[in-house]
Amino acid sequence: MFIPHTDSEREEMLKEIGVSSMAELFNAVPKNFRFPKLNLPPALSEMEVLAELTELASVNESTRELICFLGAGAYNHYIPAAVDAVISRGEFLTAYTPYQPEVSQGTLQAVFEYQSLIALLTGMEVSNASHYDGATAAAEAAVLAYHHFRGKRARIVLSPAVNPQYRAVLRTYMSGYTGLEIVGDEAGSSPFLSVDDLAKLVDMNTSLVMVQYPDFFGRIQDLTAFAQKVHEAGALLAVAINPTALAMLKTPGEFGADIVVGEGQPLGIPLSYGGPYLGLFAAKKELVRKMAGRLVGETQDEKGQRGYVLTLTAREQHIRREKATSNICTNQGLMALASAVYLSLLGKHGLRKVAELCYHKAHYAAEKIGKIPGYELQTSTPFFHEFVVKTPAPVADINLHLLDHGILGGYDLGKDYPGLDNHMLIAVTEMNTREDIDVLCEVLEEFNHG
Amino acid sequence: MAEPTVYELSSAGRIGVRFPEPDVPLAKLPAGLERETLPLPELSELDVVRHFTHLSQLNYSIDGGFYPLGSCTMKYNPKINEETARLPGFAFTHPLQPAETVQGNLALMYELQEYLKEISGFAAVSLQPAAGAHGEFTGVMIIKAYHDAMGHTNRTKMLIPDSAHGTNPATSAMRGFEVVGVPSDSRGNVDLTALKALCDDTVAGLMLTNPNTLGLFEEHVVEVLDLIHGCGGLVYGDGANLNALLGIARPGDIGFDVMHFNLHKTFSTPHGGGGPGSGPVGVAAHLVDFLPGPNAAIVEEGTDEEAPLFDLAMPAKSIGRVKSFHGHFGMLVRAFTYISMYGADGMRKIAEHAVLNANYLLAKLRNTYHVPHDRICMHEFVMEGVFEDAPGVHALDIAKRLMDYKFHPPTNYFPLIVHEALMIEPTETENKQTLDAFADALIKIAAEAHTQPELLHEAPHITPIGRLDEVKAAKDLVLCCWYPDQN
Amino acid sequence: MKIPGDLKYSKTDEWVKVDGKAATIGITDYAQSQLSDIVYFEFKVDNGETVKKGGTAATVESVKAAADVNFPVSGKVVELNESVVDAFEGINSAPYENWFLKVEMSDLGDLNSLMDAAEYEKYCAERGH
Repeated sequence: MFIPHTDSEREEMLKEIGVSSMAELFNAVPKNFRFPKLNLPPALSEMEVLAELTELASVNESTRELICFLGAGAYNHYIPAAVDAVISRGEFLTAYTPYQPEVSQGTLQAVFEYQSLIALLTGMEVSNASHYDGATAAAEAAVLAYHHFRGKRARIVLSPAVNPQYRAVLRTYMSGYTGLEIVGDEAGSSPFLSVDDLAKLVDMNTSLVMVQYPDFFGRIQDLTAFAQKVHEAGALLAVAINPTALAMLKTPGEFGADIVVGEGQPLGIPLSYGGPYLGLFAAKKELVRKMAGRLVGETQDEKGQRGYVLTLTAREQHIRREKATSNICTNQGLMALASAVYLSLLGKHGLRKVAELCYHKAHYAAEKIGKIPGYELQTSTPFFHEFVVKTPAPVADINLHLLDHGILGGYDLGKDYPGLDNHMLIAVTEMNTREDIDVLCEVLEEFNHG
Repeated sequence: MAEPTVYELSSAGRIGVRFPEPDVPLAKLPAGLERETLPLPELSELDVVRHFTHLSQLNYSIDGGFYPLGSCTMKYNPKINEETARLPGFAFTHPLQPAETVQGNLALMYELQEYLKEISGFAAVSLQPAAGAHGEFTGVMIIKAYHDAMGHTNRTKMLIPDSAHGTNPATSAMRGFEVVGVPSDSRGNVDLTALKALCDDTVAGLMLTNPNTLGLFEEHVVEVLDLIHGCGGLVYGDGANLNALLGIARPGDIGFDVMHFNLHKTFSTPHGGGGPGSGPVGVAAHLVDFLPGPNAAIVEEGTDEEAPLFDLAMPAKSIGRVKSFHGHFGMLVRAFTYISMYGADGMRKIAEHAVLNANYLLAKLRNTYHVPHDRICMHEFVMEGVFEDAPGVHALDIAKRLMDYKFHPPTNYFPLIVHEALMIEPTETENKQTLDAFADALIKIAAEAHTQPELLHEAPHITPIGRLDEVKAAKDLVLCCWYPDQN
Repeated sequence: MKIPGDLKYSKTDEWVKVDGKAATIGITDYAQSQLSDIVYFEFKVDNGETVKKGGTAATVESVKAAADVNFPVSGKVVELNESVVDAFEGINSAPYENWFLKVEMSDLGDLNSLMDAAEYEKYCAERGH
């Protein structure tokens, strides 16, 4: 299996070390704790473990069998076969963080290309090598803003239409900084608070304002004037994005955003029950030295050959220790690679096509659902591929009914927004056919009658 | 010849993937919100596959050779892990699906929590954290939450031995703790006298890496824990080096209060060129309620005929969410696969052979290289990459020269407490022939250091690229490809 | 290694030029050589700020290290040398010409804890390199 030693080799090695048994190697471990008996199931062969896990996986109902209208931060997109073929290569899969550039140019150039693709997609000047996921990237934006103002600006303004999980993680991260105040999304504030009302909360004590685009409810709006108001107060503007949407929409860079964060999962990463995903983080160049996480830069070797290295490493935890602003060591290397392959494959035309398919199909679905008696479309402003529907019964009940018909229904907004019981967030992607949408409408209508 | 970038390979009008035409009426595109240009490359599928295949060939990897990177546990990543993680029932489930539809996922998570509890001796485990440093951050937050709940407002100090991992001080500072260093003694243990002097009612905790970064088991671990617990502090265990302890000793039994696991080190999930990792956290009974969440739980006990009903649950006084959804699920499937294939006896075999391999290399090298804390090591050891009679040769030169012998260099210049450190961790999956060849290479390099030092200074000679200009990289800061439309 | 005789020196390798109550602050030749090629410089205080001895004045980064520049004296910042932010190479080539900031000292007694050139030379020699 995975331990190659033969009995005779083991004996030889013990002899070379000068001990008589394996157990003797552990004399430093206190005797009363040494060699505990572990209660684990008996070891399985590869054949058995595959059978067991296949069985376990088959207990689930996956988006391969169900028609999926669930999004809310993770989206069911088509992943071309070449993505997995590339990231399955052992040379990428089983390499470590590229500390030795001479033997890691593959990973380094791939990350450099990832940074380029993300910077250009978001309209920002620089992207880092990625964070753990969209939520932690959002939290890192708050950490950056805190340090940017040297802790002197104590307010963070969060739009209630930022993904609730991003806001939760941001709060967890920032709970260590004393005197900080997070406003905008308090219980009781309207979930559909307009950006004009949000702007009223921005003062000279504000370090960061975060909005989402398209927002958690799928809505899109021009943020140029809002960005101006944020900047008039001297604060930084972070925009949480969906990368697919940016194939057709004006970029946060054009609005004047200082930081862009987002969940990179739609870019060729399987749903995989929530991870591993990809935290996108891009910013204006002036903030580059305050960005946490890895960065790859272009340089040359002695012969003038182009090559890539991890750069600005002096900011990192292993050098600055307790003065570092983040303890991050890794990026989501393999996931960043997957998205680089995905973006290269789809390219200029393919990504735009996917975005438009999502857009048109979502609008078809919204219009049709809005006409079903008892269901009320709540999204009037432009939206991308997600929209809110007021339902005639609790969302959980409707979803149970949908499930009986092989449909994975939308997200129950009442879970995060107390005022939004009976509100469903429906996501439509290129994976949904017109027939899928028609079936959804039929079953929704049928529920109403039943 | 350098590989061009995807932008340099791009050719206007080329298409890599075709999608179906819309089967619904077209909606009006949002006025004034459309972007004008989308600066992405244009390539065929073969262009893309060939480009990334070329890039992959510039990488050193475990699949390609020996990777003795100290503190990183670069063991073989079984191929079956990749197959199980890609089973459609796992890979294509949405994280927000109703619990009834993902009982297989929840059962796997629950079982993995149970396995990790059993292996470590902790009372509960959360699988949420995304990586080692993230788990560490979570653990330190739990310590803070515990003291806050107990009303211990004066406990502001985190003690960190100088042999701990580099992330420990940064993590503590992020949580607002004052970092206080603790020196090591001549045997590489925590200096007990120094520690005693620091123990008072301002101590929130101690972050202990055991085995430490010298690869040594802390000989006074019980005394160290007693001292910290005696003054009311908690002990954080850095689980990065757990590979040496599987089936050998359980940190929970020894008295650690909280520890993170590195599934990408100990439990064979691939490193992926820098992630994704996975850093679950285990805690002792008094900290169970503070774990992040949600975590897998049984909500209805099973019977002889029926499996239990699983769901996700948030601990009572949880520090909150530390990431989206419920951890790096794909990594959890891989770790679960790995543990299932070893069982209890196998766990102990992993640690025994990891320690055997490290001590074997140490035995073969100690007469050539100076080992400052020379005693039976655990899964790794640290030697000095410098010779008194060959001035001018540094650990870095030895590391780079190893590449000419087709080995990945060990971790160098860490830990900081050893001058010109070379930190070697072979792992249990390497065979004796590989270890012999590696030791021979290092012994030859030591000879070259004395006779032909320029071979070391100019190394590596056989890699696709030579030593790179890091100063230029940091000064010029080119972080993005040139793109034609920008000019 | 250059150690001008007319300056005062701190244990964290800052130099101070005293002119009445005004203290001009930079880092020493020893400090720049330890850091090697500097790739970034950033102030951590604003002009006019009241600062304490030991507080962080600026950060200097090289490829291998990042070091904080500490205030060797307490007082009020009266001038920042903004030119070093862009021309940080000068810190390596002429560490005593490229001063960072000027402080109006609030306690001249702070100077007593600083070393003179001879003491500093000895202090550097003890640390090797």
